[in-house]
Amino acid sequence: MFKKILIANRGEIAVRVIRACHEMGIAAVAVYSDVDRASLHVRKSDEAYPIGPPAANESYLNIQKILDVAMRSGADAIHPGYGFLSENAKFARACVEAGVKFIGPTAAAMEAMGSKTRARQAMERAGVPYVPGTSRGLESFEQAEQVAGRIGYPVMLKAAAGGGGKGMRLVHAPQDLKSALEAARSEAERSFGDSEVYVEKAIVNPRHIEMQVLADEQGNTVYLGERECSLQRRHQKVVEEAPSPIVDSNMRRQMGEVAVRVAQAAGYTNAGTVEFLVDQQKNFYFLEMNTRLQVEHPVTELVTGLDLVHLQIHIAAGERLPFAQQDVTIRGHAIECRIYAEDPDNNYFPSPGKITLLLAPSGPGIRRDSGMYEGWTVPMDYDPLLAKLIGYGTDREQAISRLTRALSEYFVGGIKTNISLFRRILRHSEFRAAKLDTSFLDRMLKQKDDAQTDPLTDAKGVEVAVIAAGMFAALGPAAAGVGERVLTGGAAGANSKGSSNWKSAAHRESIR
Amino acid sequence: MIYEVSIDGKSYRLELNHAEDRWSCQLDGRPVEVDAVLARPDVLSLRIGNRAYEVKCERVGGDLHLWVGSVRYSVEVRDPRSLRSRSQAVDDHGPRKLTAPMPGKVVRVLVSEGVEVDVGAGVLVVEAMKMQNEIKSPKKGTIQKILVSEGAAVNSGDVLAIVE
Repeated sequence: MFKKILIANRGEIAVRVIRACHEMGIAAVAVYSDVDRASLHVRKSDEAYPIGPPAANESYLNIQKILDVAMRSGADAIHPGYGFLSENAKFARACVEAGVKFIGPTAAAMEAMGSKTRARQAMERAGVPYVPGTSRGLESFEQAEQVAGRIGYPVMLKAAAGGGGKGMRLVHAPQDLKSALEAARSEAERSFGDSEVYVEKAIVNPRHIEMQVLADEQGNTVYLGERECSLQRRHQKVVEEAPSPIVDSNMRRQMGEVAVRVAQAAGYTNAGTVEFLVDQQKNFYFLEMNTRLQVEHPVTELVTGLDLVHLQIHIAAGERLPFAQQDVTIRGHAIECRIYAEDPDNNYFPSPGKITLLLAPSGPGIRRDSGMYEGWTVPMDYDPLLAKLIGYGTDREQAISRLTRALSEYFVGGIKTNISLFRRILRHSEFRAAKLDTSFLDRMLKQKDDAQTDPLTDAKGVEVAVIAAGMFAALGPAAAGVGERVLTGGAAGANSKGSSNWKSAAHRESIR
Repeated sequence: MIYEVSIDGKSYRLELNHAEDRWSCQLDGRPVEVDAVLARPDVLSLRIGNRAYEVKCERVGGDLHLWVGSVRYSVEVRDPRSLRSRSQAVDDHGPRKLTAPMPGKVVRVLVSEGVEVDVGAGVLVVEAMKMQNEIKSPKKGTIQKILVSEGAAVNSGDVLAIVE
């Protein structure tokens, strides 16, 4: 087993991996950029090394700097987390060359899944259902016309090297095909330096369901059940759950076996996720494979009772999977909310800043994976994911009620978060009825927020706020936390914005 | 102590007396039975009659927010005896400041000084966490001053431009 693992990441996932290391008696090495010195992952680590400026290209994405720290610290393995270098084949290869174990798949497996057309060709050979269309780039407009006519409109044109919605065009009718093809090609060329575009059938309001797989280096591959990830905004997942409300054990077995075939076709090792689109008739189609640990892995952990990060480390250390497919069982239901530093009243723009007050939920069926703490300033340089709150229960209904309860306990002051969005989603009748698809969230956000149905809206709220405001003013700075001081009337000692913390500390001392 | 508390443009007169952990309270002349414990800084455990509330206080950039349950109230507290008036009346006639709503980087300045803008016209673009946020003019007028240049790092509340 490894003695020391370097975590090439930051935020909640770095903390998550550090915790796994400590549970396994392994020392954890953190890296941090200039704005992350005070971040939680540095506080939780055993050793921490600065790796330069805030810009990810000069720190968390800099392969040489990460490998230098691995050498200096004597780490024998690197966990990449998600994002940053986690799906970078060049990095995986550089780790092999530097003699440090990369906790994840091989560079070859990443490359096999990196291009969408190459992945579709591999699926064709492995007999895996993918969205009908071509598995190679389109050679001509005539070919596009013919294929689109065969699979039926609407169709989707997609860049082979694509991602993030770039080089993608939805085509509803034959007369729009030509201009859409030209636009997709030139956008693909501009964005990825590769104009290869293929065509596939557009699936209307699909569900997005993914299957977790795990493969050891001895050739054993298992699936650990699915996650329903249909709730998305701007192609970003917002709420995930396991199991999917529409997947029964038969469908789970079919999807799982296909996912295992996908992984084996790519020579896959370690943890990975096979994403599927599911249409309204519950036909499922291969979409892509994510060659990393996913943000939403905790929901799978809660319903399978397994620790995916522990297993990743065991597999990377050369151990066999400690269980077989028939030992994997799904029990209960888990739902995850991604808590972001963003402003619901300002079109969900990022809202970095100092956390002045943090009250965290706990209690039955609640798991919280967080990278923040009170008094910490959320830097503006990275993804605004602060924490993940996961509710677990005997069934979906109990998971929802526990999560709703926990969200009402969760308070993050000083910055804006999307916590209120989750309260809205969780009480929405369509969500409760599990009528989910990828357009649900956009539809819901267009509706008027009916806060009156929120049981926490109290008619006497204004009166309570008025009285409390007066009390805070009367209590003065002694009642204030780590936030900025605010003008609150002429109460003795109430200090104004900008007065030094030293002064208020001295004042606190004097009245104690 | 007497406070004038306003929420959503409505003003309340609050009389509070505090001695040895006991409070007496009159709201708009009506006595209210209250009991309060400061659970920790910025968190009050409040009893009004026998109803229990946890009230959270958020102080950001000169604004005071109180949270009752999951509802946020923007609050202004004034002591009528205090000479300084803190009401900041929105004056459409004078110059208005455009401030950064969040820390970030100025990625684009869309207009130059002296240009006439309509209300809602984009003036600058500030980027934070890979998201671009257009800062719009709060009024119809002329850009009097642009105080930042492209590439500048700004903090929440920093004045970016003035429109008159």
